[in-house]
Amino acid sequence: MPAPTANAVTAGTGEPSATGATRAGIHWPRVALYVILGLFCIYYLLPLYVMLVNSLKPLSEITAGGMMALPGEWTIAPWQSAWSTAQVGVEATGLRPYFINSLLMVVPAVAITTVIGALNGYVLTKWRFRGATLVFGLLLFGCFIPFQMVLIPMARMLGLMGIAGTVTGLVFVHMVYGIGFSTLYFRNYYAAFPDELVRAAQIDGAGFFTIFWRILLPSSGPIAVVCIIWLFTNIWNDFLFGASFSDFDSQPMTVALNNLVQSSTGVKEYNVHFAGAIMAALPTLFVYIVAGRYFVRGLMSGSVKG
Amino acid sequence: MAISDTVRHRGAADRLRDLLPKLVLSPSVALVGIFVYGFILFTLYLSFTDSRILPSFGWVGWQNYGFLFRIRAWDTALTNLVIFGTLYIVICCILGLLLAIFLDQRIRAEGFIRTIYLYPMALSFIVTGVAWKWFLDPGIGVEAVVRGWGFESFTFDWIKDSDMAIYTIVIAAVWQTSGFVMAMFLAGLRGIDSEMLRAAEIDGASTMALYRRIVIPQLRPAFMSAFVVLAHMAIKSYDLVIALTNGGPGTATEVPATFMYSYTFTRNQMGIGASSAVIMMLTIAAIIVPYLWSELREKK
Repeated sequence: MPAPTANAVTAGTGEPSATGATRAGIHWPRVALYVILGLFCIYYLLPLYVMLVNSLKPLSEITAGGMMALPGEWTIAPWQSAWSTAQVGVEATGLRPYFINSLLMVVPAVAITTVIGALNGYVLTKWRFRGATLVFGLLLFGCFIPFQMVLIPMARMLGLMGIAGTVTGLVFVHMVYGIGFSTLYFRNYYAAFPDELVRAAQIDGAGFFTIFWRILLPSSGPIAVVCIIWLFTNIWNDFLFGASFSDFDSQPMTVALNNLVQSSTGVKEYNVHFAGAIMAALPTLFVYIVAGRYFVRGLMSGSVKG
Repeated sequence: MAISDTVRHRGAADRLRDLLPKLVLSPSVALVGIFVYGFILFTLYLSFTDSRILPSFGWVGWQNYGFLFRIRAWDTALTNLVIFGTLYIVICCILGLLLAIFLDQRIRAEGFIRTIYLYPMALSFIVTGVAWKWFLDPGIGVEAVVRGWGFESFTFDWIKDSDMAIYTIVIAAVWQTSGFVMAMFLAGLRGIDSEMLRAAEIDGASTMALYRRIVIPQLRPAFMSAFVVLAHMAIKSYDLVIALTNGGPGTATEVPATFMYSYTFTRNQMGIGASSAVIMMLTIAAIIVPYLWSELREKK
């Protein structure tokens, strides 16, 4: 299922002339439509606006009831505090170490899971065997289970493997539960890849990996981007695994942000909380803005498959 | 279709070559076998044991399930899930459908507007929770701001009100996901045969009739997908509740996911926690399994 693109067939029926345009050229239903769409833009942007302006003003302006106003006095102190000095849990380290934890977690987890997904997708489409669809269904179901169902045994298993409470442990957990989706993307993509090319290469004597490396991989760019973005967003934004399987020094960003906001004793520094929230949002937001098309495609094929 | 059929068995090297694809797939199968299905069985087993702070293997039969349904917090969690899930799915679908239809009217800057509607989907539920937590906070958020504008008696303190707090979770969750539902419906709208619409238009059908009779019935698959995705997100929702209300005030916004976590890891009632996880699992399976089944079957 491709992402909705502007040049696709349009089912729209709201052509100005069809519903009676006025001669003056102002078409009121059309104006109303734009007003409604504009209001919804405001609705979706409002929380981002609130976070942004309040992260740039002194605390006193927020507590005085000025949440919606632009800062009277602009300051980046809340950002500095959130990044390097705020009290997160027990220590006053700011969010920086946790941001780094999240990076250390997300990069290997995404890389490994994508490679595994590509190989699985290749096997499941070009080397089909009896029960391939069943195996795929079983892999895929693993993405949808409520992870509460695996928390207890996983906690023990990570202990047995000696990686409990470490970033490595989190990488492992995300890899295991990401395989289903990465396989899904590559399988559906490779299914449309002509079998004849693979067969021809095989007749020429190319082996399993040669075919993958020389023939399928070079044309896998788009789906790899989709898969990487999907995994990156999911793993960066994860909270449940981070909260369950990390120690104080291996917590990912989402867990640290929640600690910062929930556990602040004494004065609640709303401006610092907002700055921290934006920091936690920036990487995924950046990816969305740069490669939104691929993000949407990943979302759609994660649900409306085809 | 299978290409491996063309390879004939000739000696050990060839046999290895035939096995290679399955060897490549096998680590994934093993991992998922253990960490998904093995763990599901393990948790299922624990739900029938007297496990407290650590797993224990004393069999107690259905006792945990009996306890579970007598715990008031679990009752609250289920009621909240029904309220939250229903409102969340219905509002997201209505809003998503309306926005998709509006955006499908040859709107200028459609791509730009779509980007704005969909960006919350890229955010973590924790970020969304923090933003809405303070935005809805009566001390500094909407209530304080409107009062500051001169409406002294304006009150909006749902997030602190045990009876209303669950609706604040609906508000934040709808904000985050409705744009995504819009995108699903928009993709559905773009797939509708425009010839048929033109024919109906020539026959003199009004725009309303066109949508009611032709367009919306054809969006059935999109509705199905939206329902499955939203229902499954509703049952799993944990992060947003933690960040927004932390299950409070009191236990007013407890949901199954938060219940499971607190009973297992903070109250040391692992058996009961496991049984609540099993109930969540069964609910999701009832939605997902038929969906995956139908999706994968038509593919063959």
